[in-house]
Amino acid sequence: MHEWALAEAVITAAQQIAEKEELKEIREVNIKIGELQQVERDIFRFALSQLKPASFKNATFRISTAKTTLKCRVCEHTWLFSKSNLDEDTAEAIHFVPEVAHSYIKCPKCGSPDFEISEGRGVWLENIKGVR
Amino acid sequence: MDPRTTVINERLRRIGRIIAVSSGKGGVGKSLVATTLALELVRSGYKVGLFDLDFTSPSTHLIMGVKNVQPEEDKGIIPPVMKGLAYMSLIHFSGDQAAPLRGADVSNALIELLAVTQWGELDFLVLDMPPGIGDVVLDLVRLVKHIEFLIVTTPSRLAFETVKKQVRLLQDLQVPIIGVVENMKMNPSENIERETEKLGLQFLAGILYDPEVEDAIGDVTKLRGTTIAKKIREVSANSII
Repeated sequence: MHEWALAEAVITAAQQIAEKEELKEIREVNIKIGELQQVERDIFRFALSQLKPASFKNATFRISTAKTTLKCRVCEHTWLFSKSNLDEDTAEAIHFVPEVAHSYIKCPKCGSPDFEISEGRGVWLENIKGVR
Repeated sequence: MDPRTTVINERLRRIGRIIAVSSGKGGVGKSLVATTLALELVRSGYKVGLFDLDFTSPSTHLIMGVKNVQPEEDKGIIPPVMKGLAYMSLIHFSGDQAAPLRGADVSNALIELLAVTQWGELDFLVLDMPPGIGDVVLDLVRLVKHIEFLIVTTPSRLAFETVKKQVRLLQDLQVPIIGVVENMKMNPSENIERETEKLGLQFLAGILYDPEVEDAIGDVTKLRGTTIAKKIREVSANSII
C-alpha cells in the first residue's frame, strides 16, 4: 500500500504546479509509471481519487506505463526489465526501492550489475492541465 | 517532474530533531557513534529513529545484531522497531546482497525512502551518513529543512583535513553543526580539540580507542558498556538533550 505515499506526492506536486500557474480548476493530470516500480494501478488510482483536493474535483488522471529500459555500462547491452524473471520477494524489494534492482539484476550479456535505468524507473508527473 | 521531493518535509514534520552523524572520511566510527547515540536517546526515554544512509556499505544492522526484519506497509513504509528504535536501512530490501549504486542511484534511493517512509512522531531521527560530502549530504541539505550535523573524526590529520572541508561546506550552506567527536584517540593529545575550536565549533568528546568494542558488535547490551557508549552518553546529556 505504499502507492498511497506515491499518490500523495503526485497530488502535492500537482497542487504546487497549479498554484504556480495560477490554475483555479484542474482538468487533467498526466502521470507516467515506470514498470520497474510495479505500482499497483488500481490502488494508486483509488488513492489519487481519495487524496485529491476540491480544485481537482473534475480532474481526469491519465496514467500511462513506461517500459523499463536497462543499459549495461560495461558492455552497453540494452534490455527490457521483466518482472517474470524475479521471485516474489525480489520483485517486492524492487517495488519499494527500484534502485535495489542493482542487487538482484545483472546484465544478461556480461553479468555486470553496473547498469543504468535509462527509462521507466518509477512515478513521474508529466504535466497538468487546468483553467485560470 | 519528480513528485517525490514535494512530500519529504511532510513525512519528517513530526520529528523534533534530525541529526546527521557524518565525517569527511570513512572508518572513523560514524556508524558506532550514530548507533550508540540513538540507543542512548532511547534509554533516556525519547522516541528515536535510526536511518542508515550508508547504502553501499550499511553496518548499523550489524552493530545492533538486527537480522531478517521487514518493514510494514501502511500508506507508505513503516520502519520496524528494533532495540526500541524505528529503524530504516536499505538492507530491509537488499538483504545480504551487495548494493553497487552510483551517485544518481544513491540519490534516487534516498529520495524514495524519504518520500515513502512514515516515521510518525519522533523526538530524534539519527542519520548514519556515508563518508564524504557527496550526494547524500547535498541532497539532505537541499531537501530536509531542519537538519543538523554531528561530525566525527579521528586524531589523524588525514581525517581532520577532510572534516575541515566538510565544516566549511556546511557553514557556507548555513547548516547547523552540533560539534565534533574525536574517536579512536590513542593518546591524550588535545590537538583536535584546539583545531575544532579554531573552526568555531564545540568539541563534544574525545573517545579513547577501545579494543573491546569489536567484541560488542551485534550485542546491544555489551555495546552500552563500551567506552564509546559511555562517552556518547555524556555528549547526549551535555550537548543534545
